[in-house]
Amino acid sequence: MNIQDTSIAARRSPSSDGEKIITLAALAVGGQGGGVLTNWITAVAEANGYRAQSTSVAGVAQRTGATIYYVEMCRDTGRMPVFALSPAEGDVDILIASELMEGGRAIMRGFVTPGRTTLIASTHRIPAVAEKTVPGDGRADGHKVIEAMGIAADHTVAFDMEALAKSAGSMISSSLLGGLAGSGALPFPKQSYEDVIRASGRGVEASLRAFNDAFDCATGKRQPPQPEVVTKQIETLHVPARHQAQWGQLQARLAALPAPVQDMAALGLTKVVDYQDLAYGTQYLDMVESLATMDSAPFAMTVAAAKYCARALCYDDILRVADIKTRASRMSRVRDEVVVGDDQVLMVTEYFHPRFEEFTTTLPRWLGKRLQKSQRLDAFYTRHLDKGRRIRTDRLRGFLMLWAVSALRPWRRALLRHDTEMAHVDGWFATVTDVARKDRALAAELLANYRLIKGYSDTHVRGHSKFARIMQALPILQGRPDAADWMRRLRTAALADESGAQLDGALATVRSFAGETA
Amino acid sequence: MAERSFAKEVQKLKQGDGDTFSGEGILAITKALLENGVGYVGGYQGSPISHLMDVLADAQDILGELGVRFEASASEATATAMLAASVHYPIRGAVTYKSVVGTNVASDALSNLASGGVTGGALIIVGEDYGEGSSIMQERTYAFAMKSQVWMLDPRPNLPSIVAAVGDGFELSEASNTPVMLQMGIRSCHVHGSFAASDNRRPDMTVSQALESPRRDLERIVLPPATYLHEAEKLTKRKPAAERFILERGLNERFGQPSGKVGLIIQGGTYNTVIRALNRLGLADLYGDTDLDILCLNCVYPLVDSQILDFCEGKDAVLIVEEGHPNYIEQQIGHMLYKAGKRVTLEGKGMLPMGGEYTGQVMLQGLGAFLTAHAPELMPVAAVAKNEEPVVIPDLSEVLPARPPGFCTGCPERPIFAATKLVEQELGEHHISSDIGCHLFSIMPPFDLGATTMGYGLGPASASAFHNEDPHGRRSISFVGDGGFWHNGLTSSVGNAVFNKSDNVIVIVDNFYAAATGGQDILSSRADNKTKQTQNSIVEACQGMGVKWIRQIDRTYDVTKVRDTLKEALTTQVAGPKVIVASSECMLNRQRREKPLLAKATKEGKRTVRPRFGVDEDICTGDHACMRLSGCPSLSVKDTGDPLRDDPVAAIDQTCVGCGNCGEVADAAVLCPSFYQAEIVSNPTPREGRKARRTQKIIDWLQHRRDAKRVVFA
Repeated sequence: MNIQDTSIAARRSPSSDGEKIITLAALAVGGQGGGVLTNWITAVAEANGYRAQSTSVAGVAQRTGATIYYVEMCRDTGRMPVFALSPAEGDVDILIASELMEGGRAIMRGFVTPGRTTLIASTHRIPAVAEKTVPGDGRADGHKVIEAMGIAADHTVAFDMEALAKSAGSMISSSLLGGLAGSGALPFPKQSYEDVIRASGRGVEASLRAFNDAFDCATGKRQPPQPEVVTKQIETLHVPARHQAQWGQLQARLAALPAPVQDMAALGLTKVVDYQDLAYGTQYLDMVESLATMDSAPFAMTVAAAKYCARALCYDDILRVADIKTRASRMSRVRDEVVVGDDQVLMVTEYFHPRFEEFTTTLPRWLGKRLQKSQRLDAFYTRHLDKGRRIRTDRLRGFLMLWAVSALRPWRRALLRHDTEMAHVDGWFATVTDVARKDRALAAELLANYRLIKGYSDTHVRGHSKFARIMQALPILQGRPDAADWMRRLRTAALADESGAQLDGALATVRSFAGETA
Repeated sequence: MAERSFAKEVQKLKQGDGDTFSGEGILAITKALLENGVGYVGGYQGSPISHLMDVLADAQDILGELGVRFEASASEATATAMLAASVHYPIRGAVTYKSVVGTNVASDALSNLASGGVTGGALIIVGEDYGEGSSIMQERTYAFAMKSQVWMLDPRPNLPSIVAAVGDGFELSEASNTPVMLQMGIRSCHVHGSFAASDNRRPDMTVSQALESPRRDLERIVLPPATYLHEAEKLTKRKPAAERFILERGLNERFGQPSGKVGLIIQGGTYNTVIRALNRLGLADLYGDTDLDILCLNCVYPLVDSQILDFCEGKDAVLIVEEGHPNYIEQQIGHMLYKAGKRVTLEGKGMLPMGGEYTGQVMLQGLGAFLTAHAPELMPVAAVAKNEEPVVIPDLSEVLPARPPGFCTGCPERPIFAATKLVEQELGEHHISSDIGCHLFSIMPPFDLGATTMGYGLGPASASAFHNEDPHGRRSISFVGDGGFWHNGLTSSVGNAVFNKSDNVIVIVDNFYAAATGGQDILSSRADNKTKQTQNSIVEACQGMGVKWIRQIDRTYDVTKVRDTLKEALTTQVAGPKVIVASSECMLNRQRREKPLLAKATKEGKRTVRPRFGVDEDICTGDHACMRLSGCPSLSVKDTGDPLRDDPVAAIDQTCVGCGNCGEVADAAVLCPSFYQAEIVSNPTPREGRKARRTQKIIDWLQHRRDAKRVVFA
């Protein structure tokens, strides 16, 4: 689309004395310190013999929404210029965006003009509510925005100013100011910015650090913080001596798998072994190997099997939760995350709410099944025991409770939950194996459908029902050349909303081309 | 205590002759009031004039020294009624509120005030919440000025003009015995600039002096037959006096060359935007020097016929720049020209859009269109023919997520709506009436709750038609904030529900402040306030009104309790309205109050506890059900970096204030056990430290023992 329509795109004219007004707009998200930034910019301008005017719509009623700040400035000639009160399309010299999508919004609103606008943008993301509430991954694609910045702006200074500010112990307003100063878009010396920051009085040192780091990034003197590629911390698997031999056998089987599968399978294997035991690892490798024999390069189906079989085997039960919550590694992660000093004491409260279902499925299969049938017991539990439990894992009592539950691990296979889970896994895997004989791409998608099963209690039930509905489309799709593609689309639809409305639509489409009536 | 402290700004109010005052437009007005000998000030907070009220509230000492009475009025009607002090006494008074909503509330008092007229200058400063960033319906205040015959100033948006308008307003009011409205746009209110200050002036008569020597003039009282006299006086005396004053004092300004064949008649408030558009067309320089003939109406009502006709004389075409709809000014001028038999072409709406804010681009297009049609020789070639090669910019509209405002981090209203959503999951959807205030954000994702909003304090009133014949059937749920409750809700909503034997449910969201407008104190605020009586109980007020079924919830973060109470209210067979008062302090104000105290106590070596929430990412499955019941800015998504997982997991960042909503919601909705609450104890007691170390030792041993026997991630 062409944003520059046929409208007049006139430029500001200078005065007879050659003076020009400089316009600057800042798009910020509530709470980012946009007001501080505008005050700094105004003060820098005034310190350099400019007249400046700033306006904003104060955040009072805006809270966490997007807000625009606007500054105009002009060299002081003794006469007061007529400053505009809000940014106009095609008339912004400098645009500051404190978040990637806000930068995109500025472009869409026509505030970034080719051949005119210097764009100073932080490329970090603050996901909007709509992005966060999607059951799958609802985050917007930032690459398109970065691409558009390069096209729309005359000059772009864009990097993660939030990360930079954080590492300097400051706020993003400081690094944005540094980006602005470094861009050279304003005719003011660096020193004058620093003076203004010093005069502001609070957190001066940290602000100056962030300002200078950003300045150096903008001028190319320093490498901007690179997008952090999140990698899972590589955890080492501790294998006691008496298990070494068996573990060695598993490693050998792993090494015998087709090369493209090995990385994923190694992750999967350690995950299931950590979850349960070495025998579980054997069970896992059996599954992966059985599909590998039916697969050929590039082994996409087997990679999917390595990934989703591990997920399917490691279902989320109370034992696992209790195990994780009582691990030493978890305790130290919590301390890191909430930043606890050595001289401070950390209290940790866990929120649990086990319902009758969780209670009975954590019992031995025979007992659990019998109790599940007892309506009286169900009613009793619901009335007296079905409530939130706050467990203090920093205290011995609470820790021991969870520790005891986690100690049930060797008996997990005898519990009712394991029965149900394995029945489901077996059914799914049999279907996959069957389909794999004819359509490996479709089989890979069926494997990936296990992504839908996640969460606890009602969320878990909802995931199961979505999974079941997608799998029902299999007979319709099987045999079609685009079956795998459709299966993938159904899954994407299922992950798009909570209610399954999009899935309904996608299923209706599938049924329609199969000649069935919905 | 307001959200922002104006202690620094208040000092500026003491400035005098020779000083240069610099600050926001709204502060300039505050200062101008004192320079003009105002005797009393009142008003009701609301964007964009909240700061005016906040500054005055913080400046009570200075006001006291000058003998100025300040009131935080109960409503805009109260504020306008307050101007009655200027009816018989020569005391200047000013009130302020958000318009058009505030003017709506004020209109009863406004009509009465306008009818009898005033002796002392009466100024109503209306914060016109129109255009981008507005939080209300888009209407004009102008209609109120016309129907009540009060005058309206709309000064050019720079501090010296705004300050001058305050003085002019008082004098115009006194010269014509009529209240005057001073209209301020959102951006004029928040524009930063400076002006030459003058000394503050004590009022010629204080309200105390007036009380000591009461006056009464029957002819000024609104009761027939005086009302007939008032109507005649408005037309024969007050309006002509105002017109004389406008001309003599030159309230309206003329720019450019009077000989021009085309001209613009503009509202003062639009002047800067007009000049910028002309500048971009090459017709004005950056100081506003232009050849184009402009009549700038700093007084938009009344219009003086002779001035308008004079301006139009000898012109081919005139463009009226009038923001908003209907185009009252254009209609009046059209009428004048027609009656006078003029043939000048009148343009306005049409060249410019019928409604909406006149932004820079809109103004540029409109003026361009007008000049192209009526004075093409003025249009620069460059503006008409575009030389620049259009650059194709990728369309991002599909990519960009909307970012509507929402509840702050730790907001106590979030759990109320999370609970409501849980009730609806159980009992089905209900008709929900919303009110004005922060709680209105429930309309937005992720809650998507609420069907209508009919005005401040009118949430329950707007559900009053809904009466279910089936006593076991569904009831409506309406929300009203503590601000709305005291503004109007106690009578219009609660009293009405009691009187009419409503069976519906009313939830009063009590966060201890008028929070959305910046945290001003109200009757039920918990804080001690030197000049106000706070700590008045909402529950007792409701009971006084006759409510029988009422529940007080002291901690809204208890989602389970809120949910169960709401469920009880929706199902109980007790007759009459069911009122739930859900109380917890606004987190923004609470943090502002507690954070420095906590930091200070920690520094002093006292034992302090800082709560925070976290998520165990290995336990979180990435379904985001928790976010669908939260929308908290500090609760977001992050990548795990684990190739075995597809979806991002929940994560809580450093801005978390540990309100507890995450854990409570996970509990009430039975979501998942991945949330944990961490409480970091600074300066723990020696015993506490010893105990923690001992426990940790035992835990370490247990962990070590378990790990030694199994294959596990170390």
